[in-house]
Amino acid sequence: MIKIFLMVNKQGQTRLSKYYEHVEINKRTLLETEVIKSCLSRSNEQCSFIEFKDFKLIYRQYAALFIVVGVNDTENEMAIYEFIHNFVEVLDEYFSRVSELD
Amino acid sequence: MVVPSSKLQDLIEEIRGAKTQAQEREVIQKECAHIRASFRDGDPLHRHRQLAKLLYVHMLGYPAHFGQMECLKLIASPRFTDKRVGYLGAMLLLDERQDAHLLITNSIKNDLSQGIQAVQGLALCTLSTVGSAEMCRDLATEVEKLLLQPGPYVRKKAVLTAVHIIRKVPELSNIFLPPCAQLLHERHHGVLLGTITLITELCERSPAALKHFRKVVPQLVQILWTLVTTGYSTEHSISGVSDPFLQVQILRLLRILGRNHEESSETMNDLLAQVATNTDTSRNAGNAVLFETVLTIMDIRSVAGLRVLAVNILGRFLLNSDKNIRYVALTSLLRVVQSDHSAVQRHRPTVVECLREPDASLSRRALELSLALVNSSNVRAMTQELQSFLESCPPDLRADCASGILLAAERFAPTKRWHIDTILRVLTMAGTHVRDDAVANLTQLIGGAQELHAYSVRRLYSALAEDISQQPLVQVAAWCIGEYGDLLLEGSCEETEPLQVEEEEVLALLEKVLQSHMSLPATRGYALTALMKLSTRLRGDNNRIRQVVSVYGSCLDVELQQRAVEYNALFQKYDYMRAAILEKMPLVERGGTQDEEAKESKEAQHSEAAVIPTEPQTSKLLDLLDLLDGTSGAAQPPPPLEPSSEGTSVHLLDLPCVSPAPASIPNLKVFEREGLQLTLSFVRPPGTPALLLIMVTAINTSEADVTHFVCQAAVPKSFQLQLQAPSGDTVPAQGGLPMTQLLRILNPKKAPLRLKLRLTYNHFGQSVQEIFEVNNLPVETWQ
Repeated sequence: MIKIFLMVNKQGQTRLSKYYEHVEINKRTLLETEVIKSCLSRSNEQCSFIEFKDFKLIYRQYAALFIVVGVNDTENEMAIYEFIHNFVEVLDEYFSRVSELD
Repeated sequence: MVVPSSKLQDLIEEIRGAKTQAQEREVIQKECAHIRASFRDGDPLHRHRQLAKLLYVHMLGYPAHFGQMECLKLIASPRFTDKRVGYLGAMLLLDERQDAHLLITNSIKNDLSQGIQAVQGLALCTLSTVGSAEMCRDLATEVEKLLLQPGPYVRKKAVLTAVHIIRKVPELSNIFLPPCAQLLHERHHGVLLGTITLITELCERSPAALKHFRKVVPQLVQILWTLVTTGYSTEHSISGVSDPFLQVQILRLLRILGRNHEESSETMNDLLAQVATNTDTSRNAGNAVLFETVLTIMDIRSVAGLRVLAVNILGRFLLNSDKNIRYVALTSLLRVVQSDHSAVQRHRPTVVECLREPDASLSRRALELSLALVNSSNVRAMTQELQSFLESCPPDLRADCASGILLAAERFAPTKRWHIDTILRVLTMAGTHVRDDAVANLTQLIGGAQELHAYSVRRLYSALAEDISQQPLVQVAAWCIGEYGDLLLEGSCEETEPLQVEEEEVLALLEKVLQSHMSLPATRGYALTALMKLSTRLRGDNNRIRQVVSVYGSCLDVELQQRAVEYNALFQKYDYMRAAILEKMPLVERGGTQDEEAKESKEAQHSEAAVIPTEPQTSKLLDLLDLLDGTSGAAQPPPPLEPSSEGTSVHLLDLPCVSPAPASIPNLKVFEREGLQLTLSFVRPPGTPALLLIMVTAINTSEADVTHFVCQAAVPKSFQLQLQAPSGDTVPAQGGLPMTQLLRILNPKKAPLRLKLRLTYNHFGQSVQEIFEVNNLPVETWQ
């Protein structure tokens, strides 16, 4: 089950966050900074799946924007990876030439 | 005068135009004030616009709670534009924790029963996002009705809402069971995907539903079959695979349905084989489907051939250059290694390759998997690899790697020498990261391997001479040098290069350890005791040692001071006892806690179920008498001398002082050969009914002395045997002073006593070894 859907840019600003389980507002920023830190510290060599506390993070980078999805254990990571790409393609299709600021 | 409200776009442009955070805040505050005023005035025409702006501001992180009532008003309004923004606002602002959210229940109910699809869609979306338990209960029946509506747009949303309702209120699942079967006939993939998710949720939450849905397995198989075998379909294809998301969901549902259920698993076998072989693996989508297939095959009761296929697929994944794929492959192999060990063994070389990955999570997984794959046939190669990994691995993995190597070495060591070598190497490389009991294990191992004493003490000496910073290594080395210092100085050993070591060098090294600031207090203790022991082993005079010991008599560390003072006393007052006290230590028995720890770490490493339980090290090493039951209740020489406890002074003087109480069991002559006779006399002390004392007396009536006489005994497992120290190891000739040895046997179960004796001695210039069982034991010995 997807727990978190985040879009964060390289400077660490959250562009979009959607929590599918309730998390306190103040804990959210903390969580987001930690997530961003772990994603930004990965190099290109490393794989896109990170184990983070009690769930798994799957991230994908598009130019300066990171799309991060946090899932629980039962999900197929590679399907989620594909899903992120599908999402971006849909946005692109619908809004044409979508960029971070849009 | 009412200022005409700006449109959302204008607001956005204004906010974007703000150069600093403060400016932005200003703009937003001004706008919020406008919005609040407009809400107060109740302007119905532009309300939606105001709310839209408010929602945008909310997304940026500013407070927007005053907009909640407006959402309600907008939802209730008949216009679609209003409803749209209103529902959106409801989803963003009105979550469960707000009190106002229940108020929209009625509006949703009305909207759901209206015929307009778009409106129904909006209502369903909102319900599925923010629906609380009470709302769900109220509206469940409405949603169910919508499940069977003709249009796929509404059905899709209705199914997703149903999923949410079930998550919130599991008791309502019964309502949604009947429509599911019909929904499976859908052609629209969106509805199908939703239905599969719904069924998955239902099955996960209730076993009754699970049983109910086993009936639909054939149908699911059919759907997946069509998906996989039909050709390219533009609507659903993602990089060549037709709707991978649907495929993955169906596979997951099949996994849940087929788990522990033979019949369903059988129906799935062909399909899974088909999917596994036909999916295109060049792109990620195909690999995702393949991965899910593998997980499913592993979980259900599949045929062996299929499982092997699955493991091979995972092996192929490992060879793939994409890191993500390797990661999932390693994770799944780890799960599989317990059940299909041999299949995974085939891929061992690839796994070992993965150890060299720069990515930390990959190398960690590879390490765990490699440790799980070590078995007796590949242990040498594997430890070689693991050791080279240990040298280069990141520090957080070092501890795991080191303990893993040590454990594997313990379980599968082909020879003792190899075992000692391996432990030595690990200690030199990663000494600070090993577990605390590694030192104890190693000392015991070395102590038990008598033939390797010379070898190990040399190796340790050279290692110590190079580097005294690795504490476990230093401790073991100090202990060994203390125990076997004489062997070190002898100068000859076939297994290593000849090493000429002078006494002075050894003493200097130990002093260096004592003085080094890198040494822990425990290490200093070891070194001090080693120095003491050397005082009896070395041939030179002991001035240097005495000096050191007396210096430490005033050391600040209490433990060291105590030891030094006691050793000093040994030198001065009790010099005659020094040799006896400091003689070679007998083998330390491994306690019960060691076995438990070994068991725990075995479990933690997902090891195979068929692992040999770690018998006490001592029984393997002493390798005495294969006993009566085939298990060894091997005898132990007198209670061990711990190096780390408080002084060595008094314990060994605890010689047997139990005087045999009067008892009337007749003596038994058990052995005679060439003038050497062995007699057993029995005593049952009245105070302890389970205890039996046997005095073994050896008399020599021949003309030649019997030298190096050693008597060992063994009893069945339910007994406890203790051999006290013999009075000597020479039985002088011609009826001289007999040699005696006391055996204490505890027999709590009053089982029949069986006793086997083993004698080794030199007589008439020949070495003799005799093993025999004592027959005719009088009944009174055990009843």
